[in-house]
Amino acid sequence: MSAAFEQQIHVALGDLKLQSTIQTATDRFKQKRLAAVEADAFPEHQELREHARRIKKHTLDNLDYYLERVETRVREHGGDVIWCRDAESAVEAIGRIADENDVQTVVKSKSMATEEIHLNKALEKNGVEVVETDLGEYIIQLAGDRPYHIVAPALHMTRGDMADLFAEKLGVERTDDPPKLTGIARGILRDKFLGAGMGVTGANFVVAESGAVVLVENEGNIRLTTSLPRIHIAVAGIEKLIPRAVDLAVFLKLLARSATGQPLTSYTSFLAGPRRSGERNGPERFYLLLLDNGRSRVLGDDEKRETLYCIRCGACSNVCPVYRRIGGHAYPGTYSGPIGAILTPQLNGLGYEPGLPFASSLCGACAEVCPVKIDIPRMLLALRRDVKKSESREHRWLAEKFAFRAWSWLMQRPWWLERAGLLARGLAPGGRVDGWVRSLPGPLGAWTQTRDFPPPADTSFREMWRERASRAGRSLRTTHQDPAVDA
Amino acid sequence: MPDREHILNKVRAALGRRSGQAPESPPVPRLVPSGRTRSANVQLLVENFPGDNLHARSAAKAREFVASRLAGQTAVVSSDPILESLGVTGLPNVHPDLADREEMRQLCAEVDVGVSGAAYGLADPAALVMVSSAEEERLVSLLPPRHIAVIPAERVLADLDELLLTLPDPAALTSSMVLIGGPSRTGDIEMILTLGVHGPREVSLLVVG
Repeated sequence: MSAAFEQQIHVALGDLKLQSTIQTATDRFKQKRLAAVEADAFPEHQELREHARRIKKHTLDNLDYYLERVETRVREHGGDVIWCRDAESAVEAIGRIADENDVQTVVKSKSMATEEIHLNKALEKNGVEVVETDLGEYIIQLAGDRPYHIVAPALHMTRGDMADLFAEKLGVERTDDPPKLTGIARGILRDKFLGAGMGVTGANFVVAESGAVVLVENEGNIRLTTSLPRIHIAVAGIEKLIPRAVDLAVFLKLLARSATGQPLTSYTSFLAGPRRSGERNGPERFYLLLLDNGRSRVLGDDEKRETLYCIRCGACSNVCPVYRRIGGHAYPGTYSGPIGAILTPQLNGLGYEPGLPFASSLCGACAEVCPVKIDIPRMLLALRRDVKKSESREHRWLAEKFAFRAWSWLMQRPWWLERAGLLARGLAPGGRVDGWVRSLPGPLGAWTQTRDFPPPADTSFREMWRERASRAGRSLRTTHQDPAVDA
Repeated sequence: MPDREHILNKVRAALGRRSGQAPESPPVPRLVPSGRTRSANVQLLVENFPGDNLHARSAAKAREFVASRLAGQTAVVSSDPILESLGVTGLPNVHPDLADREEMRQLCAEVDVGVSGAAYGLADPAALVMVSSAEEERLVSLLPPRHIAVIPAERVLADLDELLLTLPDPAALTSSMVLIGGPSRTGDIEMILTLGVHGPREVSLLVVG
């Protein structure tokens, strides 16, 4: 784990106000999701998860076909497709379209893909004004911050923080009344929408056979972004494809319930190309930007390909005991929470932050809630293995490697294991408080720096087993008779 | 190499596929008919859509509903023929749809209420389905702070599954189909529900016939 990651974690753990804000918000999300997916309310939940997973698997297993298909269909509807291998190519393409069309202001909706390519910074460098229009994102942008949660970007801020921010940055009278704050933002953003030359969105789904993007929201800012400006660019990772519109019957039911506990969000837009003849509003030009940026590499890894099934609902973060403590900003990279812990090392390389796959207790809560059943704990273990392999030649891991070898040797030799247990009991270190060991010697001390260690039991399981057997007056088979296995 | 070929080559190499290779057949769509009657669907929609809704059996009742909801406020109406046939266009302070794009935009940004038709209604979860066309301008249901939508009862479907059975590819019909599940809302400030953040803060539904 890098020092920077460790420091971020300690900053979050030490901030009590932040701790309570994250707990409250993620608890609400958890409860709302649970109510929405309980068997009475949503009897087909498990069946739909299976089905969604099958569709994602099928699409990704045949992705080249569907990519070419969506290109054909988008063009048939009068739109265009831009292929971008990396972030640089993507910001360059969007910058060029802005430039050629003399765009002064870009309105944007919430999009993790545009966060990933750092679009705002690139456009601003070219003198283009970029305005985030999702309320949470707008607040984050005013604060010069980055999103805290995939679904709720300003989850870490209290309304008091927002009141101060609005008063300072917008010169309005200080208020912490949510409807008033919302009204102030609405007024400012409405003018931006009406004046903007270009709208940039992400895409929740890209429907290959329709040449359409599907966008799910509650505020209406996406509808405005895609209806008012003359140009609409939808930025989508290549993994966002699904084959047909009919498949939405599966995904839309899962996404809203998993993300916010709603059976359906306020707005679900299905957008196919520029406005058609007779329509007065809607973009004159429509671009679908297909972004690779490391995804095709993930696709090549059979073991971890399913990482790309993610539909970005954020449910895994809300239930994760690590996210709920360290929060979204401690995670390096664009994607936070359990999905970030497996996606970031694959998109950015293991060396980007080798500690990421270890930022988990492997409790499995994430896999239990995932609407497309990504086996996140299995991915975490595989990535831990990859990290260890890549570090295996480094000296500092030799001791750890030796320790695990010794452990493995011991675990396979019951006689020695029992002797080792007796030894540990005899040596059980001092410094016990309430029966717990407060400090261990040598390098083991790292463990007891932040937690206590349970002392060895007074009677081992083997001893209890033997005693039971003799009480019962019959011989229970014990592993004493097992031949030692050679490692 | 251009990015298009670069990406496609990498994807094919990753999957071990050849250029032009057809996919295996995709999973069979999962669309389940609800088995509910139309009148049950209408009732569910009117009861569950988050707004002040009515199922009006006569044109007079329908007009009365819209008139009482407008109550002297300014409004824009879309060109959906149902609105004219119900006499909504003739109500006071009601402006018809404008052919000029800029004027229409201005009008929608200034009035208090947008009155539109809707392509379909969905009973469960309760929703409106707006299909953009020359008659049904996108902004009528989006810019004004209040929205009233009028749907004939025969256009009320059971759910998303029935919508997609009816309209397997919405792109064949329109550049924009929007499902509306309720008013514009946000929880971005301490997860406190706030309405009307960008779109209408109130949506009313009138089912006719």
